[in-house]
Amino acid sequence: MRMKQEFTLTIFSENQVGLLNQITNVFTRRSLNIESLTTSESAIAGIHKFTIVVFSTREEIDKVAKQIEKRIDVIKAFVLTDEDIIHQEIALYKVPTKTLLNGNEIEKLVRQYGARILEITEEYTVIEKTGHKHETQELFEKMDQYGVVQFTRSGRIAITKLKAELLDNYLRKMEMGKKILN
Amino acid sequence: METKSQTAIKGKSQQAVRMTGADALVKSLQNEGTKILFGYPGGAIMPVYDALYSVQDELHHVLVRHEQGAVHAAQGFARVTGEVGVAIVTSGPGATNAVTGIADAMIDSTPLVVISGQVGSSLLGTDAFQETDVVGVTQPITKWNYQVKKAEDIPYAIARAFYIARSGRPGPVLIDITKDAQFASFDYIYEPVTYIRSYKPIPEVDPAQIEAATQLINLAKKPLALVGQGVILGNAEKELLAFLDKSGIPAAWTLLGLSAMPSDYPQNVGMLGMHGNYGPNIKTNEADLIIAIGMRFDDRVTGDLKAYATNAKVIHLEIDDAEINKNVHADVPILGNVKESLPMLTQKISANKHDAWLQEFRACDRIEYDRIINEELAPSKPGLTMGEVVHKISNAFNDDAIMVTDVGQHQMMGSRYFKFKQSRSVVTSGGLGTMGFGLPAANGAKLGAPDRPVCLFVGDGGFQMTIQELGTIFQTKIPVKIVLLNNNFLGMVRQWQELFFDSRYASTELINPDFQIIAKGYHIEALKVTERENLEDAIQKMVNHEGAFLLEVIVEKEGNVFPMVPSGASVSDIRLE
Ligand SMILES: Cc1ncc(C[n+]2csc(CCOP(=O)(O)OP(=O)(O)O)c2C)c(N)n1
Repeated sequence: MRMKQEFTLTIFSENQVGLLNQITNVFTRRSLNIESLTTSESAIAGIHKFTIVVFSTREEIDKVAKQIEKRIDVIKAFVLTDEDIIHQEIALYKVPTKTLLNGNEIEKLVRQYGARILEITEEYTVIEKTGHKHETQELFEKMDQYGVVQFTRSGRIAITKLKAELLDNYLRKMEMGKKILN
Repeated sequence: METKSQTAIKGKSQQAVRMTGADALVKSLQNEGTKILFGYPGGAIMPVYDALYSVQDELHHVLVRHEQGAVHAAQGFARVTGEVGVAIVTSGPGATNAVTGIADAMIDSTPLVVISGQVGSSLLGTDAFQETDVVGVTQPITKWNYQVKKAEDIPYAIARAFYIARSGRPGPVLIDITKDAQFASFDYIYEPVTYIRSYKPIPEVDPAQIEAATQLINLAKKPLALVGQGVILGNAEKELLAFLDKSGIPAAWTLLGLSAMPSDYPQNVGMLGMHGNYGPNIKTNEADLIIAIGMRFDDRVTGDLKAYATNAKVIHLEIDDAEINKNVHADVPILGNVKESLPMLTQKISANKHDAWLQEFRACDRIEYDRIINEELAPSKPGLTMGEVVHKISNAFNDDAIMVTDVGQHQMMGSRYFKFKQSRSVVTSGGLGTMGFGLPAANGAKLGAPDRPVCLFVGDGGFQMTIQELGTIFQTKIPVKIVLLNNNFLGMVRQWQELFFDSRYASTELINPDFQIIAKGYHIEALKVTERENLEDAIQKMVNHEGAFLLEVIVEKEGNVFPMVPSGASVSDIRLE
């Protein structure tokens, strides 16, 4: 229970100015490092989604989730582990085009890692790979032997393995509660 | 926020009236039942003050002397009435001066709506004159905050603010309104907010948890109930007594739980925490069941968590899910309003008595009387003690006044020795421990409960942190009774220096002004007592005086508050000396 492990927090909120600040504050107060953070509109119009990866204990992450959920404009925060989700990150690599011309090592790596070439100019070539962090990292290390001039990686995006969207159920319950209220 | 469209749809049934944002704000406050507000004017809020000028008879604006005083007064008002306290300040320094009070209200769950003026929306983000990012500054210390930049958003923002401030676990809300939004005109319609889809103020009580708790309660040999402010905030005082009557369980209160039950209730075993009573602290580690009712296991209550409630299972009745398992693991969490959950428990549990267990607390009381209380209340030494002053004043008010305190030794002495007959009789800064809270909070409390005596205990340190509010007392004619327990020291810090820093009194001795002359300057009646023989007479004069009164009592310079659980120690290691 006290062991640290990787958690993915998915948070749904109203699309409100300053919400990111409210959420990250909860981490700051507890001196918890955010490993990665992605935010965008969710599948439901007007509802925003944050995906945050953190190393923490189960005990602490549950407290964090509750403190985030307590913010008025946050609809729901779900604590997920690797078993609950399918997740990906995207990485972009820029290499000088001449390294591709000097042999076929890079092309071999691209094929081997299921990456693809996005753009080739006279000067540089941009390669894209989607996968888990350790995979994009491994590809970086291999390609860097031939000289990667720029490398960038996105935050994690994740989708749950459950049949129904977690949030749908929750929203439906809330709306039903409202009807009883009125 | 699903503002405009929603308000528009809802409002169709009503007649819209064209008015300015400033008038709309005032109307919205009135629609929420506001009759009094505390504030201080300035450039960015002037249109609202102009609107207030027209409704002086219906909406009483109390002009304070510092914005911190406005917020503390609103807190005092909210705490004694159970209604939302309202404060209003200008932008920049006005808003930053309000920050301490907002933080205090946040940690003590006090419902407030704070309105701040803001520079015109075209100037936002430009470091304009008196521009502060108040929404950014107060984000972590408000339950919710929002910046309004358009007049037509004012009614919905205010409706939402009141709903959030008073529902569920209450707290402060700040609404920042740009000056152009105050000036602009629009068609005003007001619709209260009763639902926000991302916010569930009161979780439903789970009957399975009631069942599980009932079993623990029926089996417990040494159960102890911990009563917190949740009982008062939930108006669940009757439900609490019904539960305690039937279960026979001894009950201790936290600092903010004071007055949730009568002081002389037979099962009341006193105060928890650092300077609480001996029995409830030491027995926490003997209890086999802790029933926490609307309290949050603050570190001043628990001491060292590893050595807290070591033999007990824990039932936690709480409205805020984020408090469950935050500090102390709950074997049976019961989410919900205690007003609902307590009767469900009372109905299920078997009637019981715990006389032998209760007697153990009384035995602890006798130890505490022998070692501490008797000497504090009837000292053998000539110097006056804080305890005897508090005790005599409580008696003089028939043990039925509202006690307001500042922060320090006098706060703990007040909490230990003042007695209560009815709920909502205590206003004190618990979670934040804000010196300077007392005087303005007493003003708000008196205006909220004009028919009850309001008695403030304040130290010579804290008094000088918001002493300017004497001006508010004078101008607004607020008949508060101020008891200044003057030891010429920052007493509580001096006590720690004596106990833990080798009596090295670094910067804790105060050279004070003549408080009698200061009171006179504000035309407030005052008396100073230095000898025991003059005390009762002076107290009677204060009680009988119609208006505000300052009673200054010179107390022992180096008195200490005991018992004490040293910071970070276990409740079992409570010291009697
Ligand atoms: C704003 C603020 N500053 C500092 C403190 C730290 N502090 C806690 S108690 C105390 C001493 C209070 O002295 P006084 O007001 O004279 O009351 P006494 O303890 O003597 O009764 C201090 C400085 C505080 N609680 N609040």
